[in-house]
Amino acid sequence: MLRRLRRRKIRDRVIESLLLLSGLFAVFITAAIVYILVSESIPFFRHIRLVEFFTDTMWTPMFDSPRFGILPLLAGTLVTTFVALCVAIPCGIIIAIYLSEFAPHRVREVVKPFLELLGAVPTVVYGYFALMMVTPFLRHFLPDLPGFNMLSPGLVIGIMIIPYIASVSEDAMRSVPNYMREGSYAMGATRFQTAVRVVVPGAISGIAAAFILGISRAVGETMVVAVAGGLQPNLTWNPMESAATITAFIVQVSLGDLPHDSIGYQSIFAAGLTLMVTTLIFNIAGFMLTRRFREVY
Amino acid sequence: MAGAVETARAQLYASVGRRKLLDRLFVLLGMCILFAALLTLAVLFLNLVHDGAGRFGWDFFTSFPSRIATRAGILSAWVGTSLVMLVTVAVAMPMGVAAAIYLEEYAPKNWVTAIIEINVTNLAGVPSIIYGLLALGLFVYKMSLGESIATAGLTLALLILPIVIVATREALRAVPRSIREAAYALGATQWEVTAHHVLPYSTGGILTGMIIGLSRAIGETAPIITIGALAFIAFLPTPPLSGDFPYVNFTWLSDSFTVMPIQMFNWVSRPDPAFQVNAAAAGAILLGMTLLMNGVAIYVRYRFRKKINW
Repeated sequence: MLRRLRRRKIRDRVIESLLLLSGLFAVFITAAIVYILVSESIPFFRHIRLVEFFTDTMWTPMFDSPRFGILPLLAGTLVTTFVALCVAIPCGIIIAIYLSEFAPHRVREVVKPFLELLGAVPTVVYGYFALMMVTPFLRHFLPDLPGFNMLSPGLVIGIMIIPYIASVSEDAMRSVPNYMREGSYAMGATRFQTAVRVVVPGAISGIAAAFILGISRAVGETMVVAVAGGLQPNLTWNPMESAATITAFIVQVSLGDLPHDSIGYQSIFAAGLTLMVTTLIFNIAGFMLTRRFREVY
Repeated sequence: MAGAVETARAQLYASVGRRKLLDRLFVLLGMCILFAALLTLAVLFLNLVHDGAGRFGWDFFTSFPSRIATRAGILSAWVGTSLVMLVTVAVAMPMGVAAAIYLEEYAPKNWVTAIIEINVTNLAGVPSIIYGLLALGLFVYKMSLGESIATAGLTLALLILPIVIVATREALRAVPRSIREAAYALGATQWEVTAHHVLPYSTGGILTGMIIGLSRAIGETAPIITIGALAFIAFLPTPPLSGDFPYVNFTWLSDSFTVMPIQMFNWVSRPDPAFQVNAAAAGAILLGMTLLMNGVAIYVRYRFRKKINW
């Protein structure tokens, strides 16, 4: 009896350590990402000085006399992200307020899964959508719009991240305690006034975290821009021009057959490291905001 | 005197009316935007089906890619996708569920747990192309797995691991404490409680998370391109099952492959409009598969929720 008990306890210990190992695997992935990105970028930064990397205005790694300035790619990333946020933030917030404060329970239960489908569409399909449907449609209004541009992928990425922004902000709004709403109603406020002046300010850090999630999605989005953006590094702030983003550049290089130790191969890791640092900053900010938000009530 | 009261009342009513109107206008706006968003999805799907209509047919599924658009098909793509998904499930499911069980049932409140949790949250926010770079550096070169089905499957498994972990944790959390306490009271060990009682109750949630993770993996293009998969694959991997002993083999793991989204990307980036029709057809199938998987996930969640009465 006692021996069986001990055996069961030992088995429990073994299983617990196996489970812990699986948990630690997540830490291992992060460490591996950092290690690979840094170690593969080091040879790149031996050739190109950091100052040059951040100030040169040309990114032409495939030319005979290659130039490596990240600015054109960074500009492309920021422009598409900005266009995307112009769509996603207002739409996402309005949908979140509507679902959290106005919609009947049943409507919310039915609509939410459908809305999440918008975020589940494969990104290459969204790329086709941007190139073959949105760009021709926009050309009715903007006849000068080139076939490859940043406006249409930006808009499509915006549609894609609406569900992320809407569902995270809605969660934040719903965790605002009901007594705050009731206090507002008791003072004679309408639903809309309560939503805008009580619920939204009460959930503001959660909503900010939703924005940050949306931003990091948009920054890291690849295929939409790779298909519809033109893959041509171009230092411009005008969304009506064609350009490449950091992610699109990585895809473009990977499509070719690059030798392992060429500078072109190393450059995609340097680009990836830049991308990772950008999103990491947003994620840390988002984590800290959600932490603060939890302490409010 | 009476007139002043009347005006004040009229003003009050007007003001209340304005605010109520604003309320209604906002509801209208919210519904319009929601409707527009859902309409976009419908337009997208119908347009793909319409554009690709000419290519749907048995031939499309049984032909290899070709330089002639009307003869090209997705045979190597859907076979590749299925095999890659097999590897992804085999890796992501046990890993993700085990990590979630640890975090939800075992983990003490200490810094190790905190670090694991922060990592899982952060990994969910890492852009998919970064996983591609990780796989290129780690699996393709350091571990010399090459541009193979195993590499792609592992990459996608890492990518969906956070989704599986989060979904499983939610499912485990939904099991009431009383069930665990009842099992402990009868002398069960922690693992027995978890394996015999908590896990069976959370099967629905875990399956839902797994299906949603897979539907994400099936459409991922960027990381697979990064590891160097080719679009033009005119042969099939070694079949995993065969008629001779030992019936099952694993040589397919190291074979070259292509997947649906890469095939579609390849067709989209060709200037010849005839290939755009192929791209639309492949896109419609890919999107249809994603929507179907999400539908199944919603249905599974609904069924299991209905079946269990605490």
